[in-house]
Amino acid sequence: MLKSLALSTALGLGVIAGSAQAAGDTHIEDFDFSFEGMFGSYDRMQLQRGLQIFTEVCSQCHGLEYVAFRNLADEGGPDWTDDEVRDYIEYNQIEVFDPALDDGYGDLRAAVITDQFPGSQVEGAPDLSLMAKARAGFHGPYGLGINQFIYGMGGPEYIASLLTGYADEPECALEGEPMDGNYNTAFEYGGYPESCLDEDGKHTVPGTWIAMGQPLWGEDVEFADGHSNDLHHEAEDVAAFLMWAAEPGLNARKQAGLTGVIFLSVLAVLLYLTNKRLWAPVKKGRDE
Amino acid sequence: MSHSEETAGTRRDFIYYATAGAGAVATAGAVWPLVDSMNPSADVLALASIRVPLDELTEGMQIVRLWQGKPVFIRYRNAEEIEAARAVDVSELPDQDAQNDNAGSGAEATDENRTIAPFGSDDPVFPAGALYVSSGICTHLGCVPVGEAGDFGGWFCPCHGSHYDTAGRIRKGPAPRNLPIPYAVLVEETVLQLGEEA
Amino acid sequence: MAGIPHDHYEPGSGGEKWLHKRLPILGLAYDTLMLPTPKNLNWMWIWGIVLTITLVMQIVTGVILAMHYVADTELAFGRIEHIMRNVNGGHMIRYVHMNGASLFFVAVYAHIFRSLYYGSYKAPREVTWIIGILMFVLMMGTAFMGYVLPWGQMSFHGTAVITGLFGAIPFVGEAIQTWLLGASAVGQPALNRFFALHYMLPFILLGLTLVHIWAFHTTGNNNPTGVEVRRTSKEDAQKDTLPFWPYFVIKDLLALVVILAVFTAVVGFMPNYLGHPDNYIPANPAATPAHIVPEWYFLPFYAILRAFDDSVWLVMLTKFVTFGIIDGKFFGVLAMFGAIAVMALAPWLDTSSVRSGRYRPMFKWWFWLLVVDFFVLMWVGARPAEGIYPVISLIGATYWFGYFLVVLPLLGVIEKPLTPPATIEEDFAAHYPKSAGSTGTSSSAAPAE
Repeated sequence: MLKSLALSTALGLGVIAGSAQAAGDTHIEDFDFSFEGMFGSYDRMQLQRGLQIFTEVCSQCHGLEYVAFRNLADEGGPDWTDDEVRDYIEYNQIEVFDPALDDGYGDLRAAVITDQFPGSQVEGAPDLSLMAKARAGFHGPYGLGINQFIYGMGGPEYIASLLTGYADEPECALEGEPMDGNYNTAFEYGGYPESCLDEDGKHTVPGTWIAMGQPLWGEDVEFADGHSNDLHHEAEDVAAFLMWAAEPGLNARKQAGLTGVIFLSVLAVLLYLTNKRLWAPVKKGRDE
Repeated sequence: MSHSEETAGTRRDFIYYATAGAGAVATAGAVWPLVDSMNPSADVLALASIRVPLDELTEGMQIVRLWQGKPVFIRYRNAEEIEAARAVDVSELPDQDAQNDNAGSGAEATDENRTIAPFGSDDPVFPAGALYVSSGICTHLGCVPVGEAGDFGGWFCPCHGSHYDTAGRIRKGPAPRNLPIPYAVLVEETVLQLGEEA
Repeated sequence: MAGIPHDHYEPGSGGEKWLHKRLPILGLAYDTLMLPTPKNLNWMWIWGIVLTITLVMQIVTGVILAMHYVADTELAFGRIEHIMRNVNGGHMIRYVHMNGASLFFVAVYAHIFRSLYYGSYKAPREVTWIIGILMFVLMMGTAFMGYVLPWGQMSFHGTAVITGLFGAIPFVGEAIQTWLLGASAVGQPALNRFFALHYMLPFILLGLTLVHIWAFHTTGNNNPTGVEVRRTSKEDAQKDTLPFWPYFVIKDLLALVVILAVFTAVVGFMPNYLGHPDNYIPANPAATPAHIVPEWYFLPFYAILRAFDDSVWLVMLTKFVTFGIIDGKFFGVLAMFGAIAVMALAPWLDTSSVRSGRYRPMFKWWFWLLVVDFFVLMWVGARPAEGIYPVISLIGATYWFGYFLVVLPLLGVIEKPLTPPATIEEDFAAHYPKSAGSTGTSSSAAPAE
């Protein structure tokens, strides 16, 4: 009873995470991020590079409204000083909307360190604060949730794969009506031409068509730390930054988790010994 | 009880105490974050230090700025106000303590000890004695005094009639102390920082 | 039932006597702690404590979260982010609360299947069982309303779908749905009342927990043999039982700590594994997520809901007989609630003379098939309703009802059960022979298992 129940529970846990299922196959590369695994944490320099890409490229359209400028000075994040954050706001001339200005009609003013980042500037461009948690790169197989268990949810992988996933339209797409948007091998929920379906209605090419034009091409920014700025590295850096933006407490969480698991394990061993000693006379029948 | 059981008993006791101790620590470890979560959150703490631009503050003008939910008086005093404040003998004051977080404890309530130090040495925007900053809450029962009013030309609290002079010192009425001056420093020519950065 | 004979609290000092005359609370605590408990309980009897502690954990973390949350459609999503980013330790507290719901259901399902296997629902424990099922339903309601509060995409559209179930009720459905939502669609009134109810229901659950415990303290615990504790005398009862404290408190704590260690690992290393990424997107009434999937713990019942559509002959027949009043949608709703209702009827559907599944050779197979069925339904509930999946749902749902309505009544007649041991003492002694001390074999090495 017990063993089989444990087994079925384990299987069940696998089942439950496998909820979302891709319409067709997408190509998601398993990037090797520094924050993966039990001991993984954010790479400060990588976050600073990712912030630079976000600022110079993404922020033209996308917002980051749940992140505050002061967070850029948080430990475990890009970890700037307060003055560096102020310089960043000033240099980029970031303005925020203050509803208290203009007799309650609200107006733009220069941002201060305690403000949040502005929201998206362009309609249809989603806010990026939580993007790394709102997308999953890994699914299945068959809704069993095993891939998510092994590789993680894959939010940052999805973002990085999307950024590197722009490709020439496959030949089958050229046959029918021209598609709106851009072909991307990682994008999941976009349009898809009928001419690329096989007889069973299955997708013959990975990915779908996405409205966003290719944002990164490689060598879009110059990194102060001299790190490579080819497309692959840029995508990886900005995905890491967005993961930090979505989950700034990751380092603290893993640390707390590890401490908790170790401590509870010790307590479990002690309780096991206590329990064993407590029951020993009963099990030996000495009390009779 | 037999002899062998006695030695086993001591060992057993040790395990019991160790378990109880570890259990207590685990419980405390679980409870503390819950307690701590009720302390001020990061966004509230971030507002413990704010920067107030003073570009538009002209001589003789006063602004009231909310800081941590409470009013703060920021005043660019003119020459007469400074003179009036400096003419007072500290020994005559009801409260002879400066009540100034910037001046250190026990400082005398001289006008010099009640104003903000100028930024830089040569030709500052706010010369010595010009910039006055203090809490905007009457030390009597927490009303907000009215500026440029009262017998001493400083502040007058309409609730129970406390008169403060142009350096915010209590001169007459029921208030026991001078208006307290929070941590305040000019970080640029015209930018005032209220509260220490964490 | 008179309860198992045992020593009762005797106030010792003068102060205790004084208090005892006015409020016998120490006596209540003593009798609860020293309750004679069958000494052969195995490791499946730990889930009650796990559930109680989880309820307390959820209430405590929930109250803290409520201090920082605002039930306003404009603000709710941002307030969750405020908790996650600004509140001291807020992200941990929220993840504990979020995954705590999952721990709750893992434990409750284990608890329920334990009762089903060992026949804990059978007389005289029907009231304990019925209260338990009631708590299970309340738990599901509470969990559902809690899931609405972050006001993400899944919160919003999940609410629309679930309240839509009530809309399927003939004639009054729409009125009920409107009443539930306080509007014609999900919005501010729904969020506000779900928050109020999500805060209140756990305290009702806490009250029911006490009644649940009161009920089984009256009948005494069931145990793996299903044989009752001897009540002929205190001496006989003592041969079958041990006091709850310290024997079972320590044992339960050991299990609890092991489970909490696993739970802590989930919270620390994969807090979003059991959640759905779409709920990190703010609610948007104008766009439905590609796949609306309930939380995992609802999936078996969600699968049963979806299993019955208009293409099933039983549904067509019902529709014809009721002049179309019960259509496919309403049938599905009835099936989902019926799946829980048949569980509540188990005490009267099970006709076997033997209580524990340990001594029922045929029952065992059917029981394990039900467990497998449960997981299959859970899996299929998350799959899109196309291809082979609706067929699997239908088979799974049919077996669920078949188990309770057909298998349980028939087995009592057909099956030839083994003879359980005469007493709990005998069973316990068989596990732990006096001379050998602790044996190397598993503690559940019961006959035919």
